[in-house]
Amino acid sequence: MDEIQKRLLLEVADLHEVPEGAYNIRANSQSAGRRSTANIEITSKEDVSGLEIRIAPGTKNESVHIPVVMTESGLKEVVYNDFFIGADADVVIVAGCGIDNCGNQDSEHDGIHRFYVGPRAKVRYVEKHYGSGDGRGKRILNPRTEVYMEEDSTMEMEMVQIKGVDDTERDTVAELAGGARLVVRERLMTHGEQRAISTYNVELNGKDSSADVVSRSVARDRSFQKFDAKIIGKAPCNGHTECDSIIMDEGRILAVPGLEADHVDATLFHEAAIGKIAGEQLTKLMTLGLTEAEAEEQIINGFLR
Amino acid sequence: MLEMRNVSFQVDAEGTEKEIVRDISLTVPDRKLIVVTGPNGGGKSTLARLIAGIEKPTGGKIFFGGEDITEKSVTERARMGIAYAFQQPVRFKGIRVVDLIRIAAGKNVTAGEACGYLSAVGLCARDYVDREVNASLSGGELKRIEIATVLARNAKLSVFDEPEAGIDLWSFRNLIDVFKNMRETIEDSSILVISHQERILNIADEIIVIRDGRVEKQGSRDEIYPSLGADSAEPEACDVLIKSVQKGSDA
Repeated sequence: MDEIQKRLLLEVADLHEVPEGAYNIRANSQSAGRRSTANIEITSKEDVSGLEIRIAPGTKNESVHIPVVMTESGLKEVVYNDFFIGADADVVIVAGCGIDNCGNQDSEHDGIHRFYVGPRAKVRYVEKHYGSGDGRGKRILNPRTEVYMEEDSTMEMEMVQIKGVDDTERDTVAELAGGARLVVRERLMTHGEQRAISTYNVELNGKDSSADVVSRSVARDRSFQKFDAKIIGKAPCNGHTECDSIIMDEGRILAVPGLEADHVDATLFHEAAIGKIAGEQLTKLMTLGLTEAEAEEQIINGFLR
Repeated sequence: MLEMRNVSFQVDAEGTEKEIVRDISLTVPDRKLIVVTGPNGGGKSTLARLIAGIEKPTGGKIFFGGEDITEKSVTERARMGIAYAFQQPVRFKGIRVVDLIRIAAGKNVTAGEACGYLSAVGLCARDYVDREVNASLSGGELKRIEIATVLARNAKLSVFDEPEAGIDLWSFRNLIDVFKNMRETIEDSSILVISHQERILNIADEIIVIRDGRVEKQGSRDEIYPSLGADSAEPEACDVLIKSVQKGSDA
């Protein structure tokens, strides 16, 4: 891998070298390295581009890294990755995509991830998106994530897109069986003319299932964001969505929280707040010696932490 | 040393100009603790905001260490060594207590040093250093963190706007220790506290009474303190209360 690819890898997966545990690194549509372990098997799909990742029941404290980096301008790819997480497993999965586009043609990576989470399994999923390069070609990422959760399983998803992705349409759907728990923490910053659309459709199908979907975002310059989160309660369950946004410059944000209760014991909440940085927050940090621009940066960094 | 010369501040309230601070002249000498007191609405907080640079005077000049700072920004004044503790501290989502203390100190203080500032204001540092300065903190906790950030500034002039307000019985004794320690540890530093609290008035070198935007009295504690009782807002409130009770019993 070249230096740009290594830098992208560091941004999206915090990786300096090859990771511990199982991994597959995809660079410009080619596999740049793969390792399976005794409990985690990674194989290529035969009909379409993508991976099958099988995690044996009871696997504990192991991790899978599947970062993608693209540095060729004009590359477009659709990748299907399926994760089968066995019963009682407890694992960390780190995905992420970095695109460096110095050319004039658009580069696009559309990752379709499906998670089949077995009974009582626990998954922490981290996905970071990052774009760089000063070419006129756009950096486009359209991920689709499907999560199918069996009894008493837990999935925590951390989705981060802070810099450089011009256009993104993120679509996440989840279906939860009894006792399953889904936690989503999305952090997003858009600038320039960027556009980001994030849609969630979470179905709470089983008794005592719960979902907590929280998005924190900052829209700067003339960028546009849409956060559309819907939770459907079909059983005695708990659902909460929250969209908390800072708007700056000429940014625009559309928050569409949606709740649908199909059962009398479904308890669902939504919160949405959009506003600029409070003047007194800036003033406070300025009395500590920061300039207005430095204060703004601290407030945003904290907000998106 | 801070000097205010003929400082005025007026705002435009619904078409009529309202004067909040009227021609105030005062000096905060080095190594002194000055307490500013007086009835609510008299312009005390505005005075503090004028010193910090959050408000700009509509008349007069402000000097700090001999330099005219009237036109200097909040940031410039902070960097020159003016610290300001808000009466109503600000909350931040995602910014931790340790982050604020680091910003205040202007350097990457260790967790141990940060804990020192928190302990000084009576907070168990281990429980607070990684907490976010958000709505999960109570008013009293926030107020103590606000004071800790001012301690971390190590400033030549520290201005506290009603530091006792909202603080529970962790108490004035500790708060007074904070002021005493600041005087001992920060060389040539001076402190200006806006307060109604008897015990804070008691440790003042000088007391300034502000009423209706003007300096009503100014002098050493021994000169001013004995005359305060009859002037402070508390007896006024008592009178009103007594009259209303009497009225009630008459009826």
